[in-house]
Amino acid sequence: MTGETTVFPNPLRWALGLWRDQKHRGTIIQIMALVALLLFIGIIIRNTAINLQALGLEIGYDFLTEPANYDINQHLIDYNSLSSHLRATVVGIINTALVSVCGIILATVIGLFAGILRLSKNWLVSRIMYAYVEFGRNVPVLLQILLFHALIIHTLPHPRASLSPMDGVFLSNRGFYVPQPVLEPAAWAILAALVIAVAAAWWFAGHAKRVQENTGRHYPVFTINLALIIGLPLLAFFLAGRPIGLDFPQLKGFNYQGGMVLRPEFTALWFALSFYAGAYIAELVRAGILAISRGQTEAAYSLGLRPNWTMRLVILPQAMRVMVPPLISQYLGLIKDSSLAIVIGYMDIVATIGGISLNQTGRALECMSITLFIYLGISLGVSTVMNWYNRRVALVGS
Amino acid sequence: MSAQEKSMSVSDEMMIEMNGVHKWYGQFHVLKNINLTVKRGERIVICGPSGSGKSTLIRCINRLEEHQQGEIIVEGTELTGNLKHIEQIRREVGMVFQHFNLFPHLTVMENCTLAPIWVRHMPKQEAEELAMNYLRQVKIPEQAEKFPGQLSGGQQQRAAIARSLCMRPKVMLFDEPTSALDPEMIKEVLDIMIELARDGMTMICVTHEMGFAKTVANRVIFMDGGEIIEQNEPEEFFANPKNERTQLFLSQILQH
Repeated sequence: MTGETTVFPNPLRWALGLWRDQKHRGTIIQIMALVALLLFIGIIIRNTAINLQALGLEIGYDFLTEPANYDINQHLIDYNSLSSHLRATVVGIINTALVSVCGIILATVIGLFAGILRLSKNWLVSRIMYAYVEFGRNVPVLLQILLFHALIIHTLPHPRASLSPMDGVFLSNRGFYVPQPVLEPAAWAILAALVIAVAAAWWFAGHAKRVQENTGRHYPVFTINLALIIGLPLLAFFLAGRPIGLDFPQLKGFNYQGGMVLRPEFTALWFALSFYAGAYIAELVRAGILAISRGQTEAAYSLGLRPNWTMRLVILPQAMRVMVPPLISQYLGLIKDSSLAIVIGYMDIVATIGGISLNQTGRALECMSITLFIYLGISLGVSTVMNWYNRRVALVGS
Repeated sequence: MSAQEKSMSVSDEMMIEMNGVHKWYGQFHVLKNINLTVKRGERIVICGPSGSGKSTLIRCINRLEEHQQGEIIVEGTELTGNLKHIEQIRREVGMVFQHFNLFPHLTVMENCTLAPIWVRHMPKQEAEELAMNYLRQVKIPEQAEKFPGQLSGGQQQRAAIARSLCMRPKVMLFDEPTSALDPEMIKEVLDIMIELARDGMTMICVTHEMGFAKTVANRVIFMDGGEIIEQNEPEEFFANPKNERTQLFLSQILQH
């Protein structure tokens, strides 16, 4: 170093000074990145607008009120081919929501059991669970959906020869038919009994806690409440003179009429998504339990706590907080994987507004944007709820 | 405290009896023919090189480890596969761990009241009063509402001692309670343990704190290779170790 410095003109030196300053350089880079991003989005929008103009198209959502002109085999709200595209979209949303909610529940149950059983000391049980987890995780979910669909379609008989494990229950390749409850006017008594039972169970849980705090007595709250919630409506059912009838499915022509039906598309999709996500959740549960140090169990045992209480009071509350963040991803993944429904003809959002409506109207941009925002909305909703739960169970001070 | 004073609080009532206990980890013979009796009010310090089986020995007393041969009798109840007996013994035997093992999702107060409420069926308020008494005894009553992660190591170990005491155990087992602590925190934990000994608690401590052994122990046991090599009153143990291995061990840890 001879002490010579390069001499720059003043403004340039000022700019160079900013660039060499740690704090300012960060700000400059962020501004540049933001400008680049906005520019990129702008170019895409402009490009799309120019292309649409060249094709003589314009963006508009008026088509939503026009008749859809196609049928949907599973609709929980009234729908026929004269209904609007908007209604078709709603049917699609309901179908996606139905399979997602059912899938999340079943996958969680499967995952919890498989995860705990994989830690079992029983060699056979843990090996079976290991095989399940490896199969579930390593076979693409699309193939699993096709596999379950094929199992139902090809291994179950046609309706005339359907299996009937119980009176009024028919399993065939057209779906699982079960009797549908028909409510008579006096059925409100049962509903009222259920509401009362739930309220009573709520009160009893609080009461048991107060009794415990005051006298130290423990009630078997879960068992008593379960008996209450099942028993009271059952009692009302008989007292009110059995006001619920059953509508049995009847074989008419080539298929059953009446009763309730789980369609093969729904069943296949539901099982496949649950089977697939359940394998991942099993690993999360296993990891969550293993992440809690052995010392926690030992400390609880040394205080005289039984193994089942140790699991409930010490291990699971801690394992939950390890499990929740990846569990959110699993749930979101399952919701998005349900869009593969289209391969077996289950009419979800992608099949309705994102599929047939799009083809019939040619409104690709509009239909895709609607589909995209619906998924985004559902996913953000699930994330918000789960993140709130995660914050609630977070540890303090470590 | 003189030797005479120390022995005065010891009764003839037998608390723990181990007869010919053996334990293997696979091929590794970790406890060899352990014979040990502990009377009510006795304070025993177990020392020895690492891997000598000290921790395993005391962990057999509340069956965190299973022994394969011989008998262990705690307060007249033999430890076997009988779950009822194991539960009963664990209620009466407190344990303090090297790494505290406090429940991080519960406050210090909840850590202390968990077992009294769930195991002893104690009313919550009573359990909290009891816990507060012991937290005062270990000098951290002001930390009751904090979570373990917010406490220093020394405070955590004292909270763990209070948690154990809340079950009003008849025996306390200490598994290297100060080994994971910074030097300036060792004293605050040892002070609590000395106080506990003065109150007449039956204690078995695995520790390398020889000062503590000299102050409170009735008996010091030296283990090596899974065997009890030598046991004696502390004065005699430190002044005239009989076995060569004891001499070597003591020369190694006392040379500083």
